[in-house]
Amino acid sequence: MVTIFNRKAAAPDTPEPIEKQGLSRRDLLKGGTVSLGAILVISGSSIIHPQFAWGLETSNLKPETMATLIQLARDIYPHDHIPDRFYAIAVKPYDAKTGEDPKTKKMIEDGIADLDKRAGKDGYIGLGWEDDRLAILRKVEDTPFFQTVRGGLVTGLYNQEEIWPLFGYEGESYSKGGYIARGFGDIEWL
Amino acid sequence: MAAPFDLKDDSVVVIIGSGAGGGTLGNELAQKGIDVVILEAGARHEYEDFTNNEWDSFGQLAWVDKRTTSGDWRVAKDFPNLPAWIVKSVGGSTTHWAGASLRFQDHEFKALTHYGKVKGASLLDWPVTLAELEPYYAKAEDKMGVTRTNGIAGLPGNNNFKVLKAGADKLGYKECHTGNMAINSAERDDRMSCQQTGFCFQGCKWGAKWSTLYTEIPKGEKTGKLEVRPNSMAQKIEHDKSGKVTGVLYTDKDGKQQLQKARIVAVAGNSIESPRLLLNSESNMFPNGLANSSGQVGRNYMRHTTGSVYGIFEKPVHMYRGTTMAGIIRDEARHDPSRGFVGGYEMETLSLGLPFMAAFLDPGGWGRSFTSALDQYVNMAGLWIVGEDMPQEDNRITLHKDEKDKYGLPIANVNFSDHSNDIAMRNHAYEQGKALYEAIGATRVFPTPPYPSTHNLGTNRMSEKAKDGVVNKHGQSHDIKNLFVSDGSQFTTGGAENPTLTIVSLAIRQADYIAKEMAAKTI
Repeated sequence: MVTIFNRKAAAPDTPEPIEKQGLSRRDLLKGGTVSLGAILVISGSSIIHPQFAWGLETSNLKPETMATLIQLARDIYPHDHIPDRFYAIAVKPYDAKTGEDPKTKKMIEDGIADLDKRAGKDGYIGLGWEDDRLAILRKVEDTPFFQTVRGGLVTGLYNQEEIWPLFGYEGESYSKGGYIARGFGDIEWL
Repeated sequence: MAAPFDLKDDSVVVIIGSGAGGGTLGNELAQKGIDVVILEAGARHEYEDFTNNEWDSFGQLAWVDKRTTSGDWRVAKDFPNLPAWIVKSVGGSTTHWAGASLRFQDHEFKALTHYGKVKGASLLDWPVTLAELEPYYAKAEDKMGVTRTNGIAGLPGNNNFKVLKAGADKLGYKECHTGNMAINSAERDDRMSCQQTGFCFQGCKWGAKWSTLYTEIPKGEKTGKLEVRPNSMAQKIEHDKSGKVTGVLYTDKDGKQQLQKARIVAVAGNSIESPRLLLNSESNMFPNGLANSSGQVGRNYMRHTTGSVYGIFEKPVHMYRGTTMAGIIRDEARHDPSRGFVGGYEMETLSLGLPFMAAFLDPGGWGRSFTSALDQYVNMAGLWIVGEDMPQEDNRITLHKDEKDKYGLPIANVNFSDHSNDIAMRNHAYEQGKALYEAIGATRVFPTPPYPSTHNLGTNRMSEKAKDGVVNKHGQSHDIKNLFVSDGSQFTTGGAENPTLTIVSLAIRQADYIAKEMAAKTI
């Protein structure tokens, strides 16, 4: 099992994967001094950090691939107020799917490898500025790989009920009696 | 004889489809004492079963059997296997419709006369006039409880409407109100009033919006004269040596093929499935499909000239609260060629929830241009354009050469390309929508491309002469006397108005005609 920390693959599941990546548990609790926004923790076997209480197991895709997929997802649909875990949830199904379908696995692994290759020695994730990553994405946006990931995100990301409130969308309303007494016509600024 | 009916009972009228056309026709005939079997391809979901969740509801209700697309419309690129957003469920697309119930304008029944010959368009006058249809419009409005008719109050305006109205006032539009809606503004017909829940497209869980599912169909069933068979997919209409139709071959709920005998068959499967069924019913006698001596079956497919405009404001709108289609501007619905196109368009509020907004705002779009729009979702107002599109011979439903459905029958291909008149109208409407929202302070405006078609029209069109169309003024096929078409595929032209009220009015009128002809033993 593999742990991914701050979008970087750590060593196989060991008692101290975090320290090996050069960040202490205390740094994690503080949110760390991380350049890429919210700290991402993926664990194959356990949830590493209660404050970011979510985990993601990769069984089929390389953990580095999954980490890059999460960055890719954010670059395709960047919402700065949406935490990483929602992007992780959105791309998580690819892990299971690639287990069932070698063609999908090849497409995803090759697609990510291509991004890394285009990015140079530190790979796609190593590009610090979104613009640099976007320059690469614009070159691959017509590929089946990109379109598959993008298309999947439309539902994978935006159909997560937990993110709706972050956009101000209130979702289901029948159980609350609709909006007839809850502001359907409450606009005042007009 | 009381429902349920025997498969061998050849005295029944078999209707294919239970939506606005089929569901209404079924009840109207049953009320007159005529035995009816409705074959409905979809399952029966009652209104308690509906869900306030866009994708879940889509999975529950939408017709997602594979279709293919071609032509230059953007839907073919963005949604190649989903040309239409319509319903496969008892009640058909009346479960999903927004409720807008507008009469056609007089001149729209005579499009060829008023617009003249338009290059590339197959315009024709309807064989019926507004005057002939008015009594049936009145019956339909009463049946459906349309607001601002029959003394029924309009619905209250929600936030999205208030934004529209403020913009309409700034632009000097005169006819802007909360619409003629088949949504109860007060209890009526044993159905409760609108609770401003905001999921009209997902099926009204209150039953406040008219749908054949909980009006026409149970009323018809109560007479003992109407049987609805859900999960029954019609495959072929059979005929005898004389060319009269004799029954419908269908696959039942258990996947078994059945033949329901019939005295009369009425096709009401919406403008993609209806022509597909007629084409798939080809025989030695009718090698080009039933009712197709004119070669017009499947042709002249219309989908209304649509598009949406969404505006972003500095402060919240919460457009998703309340009735989805909460108001209308009718000023542009007139025929006024000085605008650079013939025919007209309506502007109606529309909202989508966040999941569907992500799917439809700019299909295929990505990056910050896209996401910064969604980030302002709560400050967004929206309107939908619905205008008359030009019928064109080659915009048509055909049978796919290779691909077949799970029963082995060719699937439908939907070919559509915009006419230059459609494009000129849409661009005009985009400009007006933009001006409207900017007039009241929108900081950003999105001309949003058409969604998969909700208004599918014209593929079995009415015509005076048999050579010009498929059915006569009663929806009776020119070729086969006991074969009728009862849905929007009858439309000769599309008008600017949402089609359901006209479909229902035609169905009421058709029921009178069928009853009269049955009594006279001519069919």
